[in-house]
Amino acid sequence: MNKWIDKKQFQSLIKDGQSIMVGGFLTCGTPEMLIDWIVETNVKDLTIICNDAGYPDKGVGKLIANNQVKKLIASHIGTNPYAGKLMGDGLLEVNLIPQGTLIEQIRAYGAGLGGILTPVGVRTSIQEGKQVITLSNKEFLLEEPIGADLALVNAYYSDRLGNLTYARTARNFNPIIALSAKHVIALIDRKVDQIDPETVITPHTFIHYLVGGENIG
Amino acid sequence: MDNIKEIIAKRVAKELKDGDLVNLGIGVPSLVANYIPSELEVYLQSENGIIGLGPLANEDEIDINLTNPSGQYATIKENGAYFDTAFSFIIIRGGHLDLTVLGTLEVDEEGSMASWIIPGKLVPGMGGSMDLVTGAKRVIIATTHTNKGIPKIKKKCQLPLTAYRVVDLIVTEMAVIEVHDDGLHLVERHPDVSIEEIIAATEATLIYDEVKIMEV
Repeated sequence: MNKWIDKKQFQSLIKDGQSIMVGGFLTCGTPEMLIDWIVETNVKDLTIICNDAGYPDKGVGKLIANNQVKKLIASHIGTNPYAGKLMGDGLLEVNLIPQGTLIEQIRAYGAGLGGILTPVGVRTSIQEGKQVITLSNKEFLLEEPIGADLALVNAYYSDRLGNLTYARTARNFNPIIALSAKHVIALIDRKVDQIDPETVITPHTFIHYLVGGENIG
Repeated sequence: MDNIKEIIAKRVAKELKDGDLVNLGIGVPSLVANYIPSELEVYLQSENGIIGLGPLANEDEIDINLTNPSGQYATIKENGAYFDTAFSFIIIRGGHLDLTVLGTLEVDEEGSMASWIIPGKLVPGMGGSMDLVTGAKRVIIATTHTNKGIPKIKKKCQLPLTAYRVVDLIVTEMAVIEVHDDGLHLVERHPDVSIEEIIAATEATLIYDEVKIMEV
């Protein structure tokens, strides 16, 4: 089965109004080439789910700068003043979520769970509108699963099927978002014949499409 | 007073114990890494997926796939480990961190803190801070005593909370303050600062008896 697609095929998958998860932590581990390709399409009204807003000229910040994002779900936007400005002007809806809660909500979706119970955010503004559940005299917030139409992953090694490993701290959100979207697209730094099954982080069945990165070969 | 940040970081470093797994926040807390006593083995965890975070990378060491939680190119120490964000927050939230050191905008008599938003002005977001202070076994606030003269140590936080009743110790350039059930205990003062000066720079009530001199 051939999952390898080119730029045109990738761009045909991107539609107005989609929800898209993007890997990366302050753009380390973000599939920049795929972001650039989305910028070219000019699709609008995207919901972007990722750790942070990146920088104005890097990571998902490029989509925000091109006014393609309607809603951002993230834990931090402090490195992208333009995102903060759009939010203040009411032009970008931003849902800030504690990082550990956000990643567990994404994992919960892929894991088939109905939600998670976390002590994080109890008695803060994060609690507003949420169910508080007390177990063994401890309060927890019920947080719902988060899934998406697409997940854009950056992996280091892939074999022909899409068994993936990641590089150092570029791993971050990538293997988790690969669990929780209808279509998972991985940008690959290096294609190899074999990956030791002991070291595979994301098994190939989670990956729907593969794109060869600039360093491929 | 000499370098304020250095005074705070040096004093926080005295709280470290051999074998501790520690997460240092950005800014002043990250400077604590420069003062870890050489006889101790302390492991730095950071939320972007690493145990054994080392110093910033020199130009010839730069690896674009290895960064610290500020997004700067960094290094990993011998015997380090990488993991994904879900695992990173299992460590953080699950009570596996011995200590986290964070800065703050406000901290109060109950040990609550506010650090992630100034409504209408500054909305950086909480990142991993809420998880860190909720999950770590010990929480140290490392901060300047005031924000340009305005006390940061309040009777009650006015800004939206990062977490309710989580702080164990507050270290500033003026004082070391322990958080107990009955309030804030002033336990150390900078040698150049009087107890009266500390009280004047603090909105919260300080309980004290014997106040030691900070080693600086």
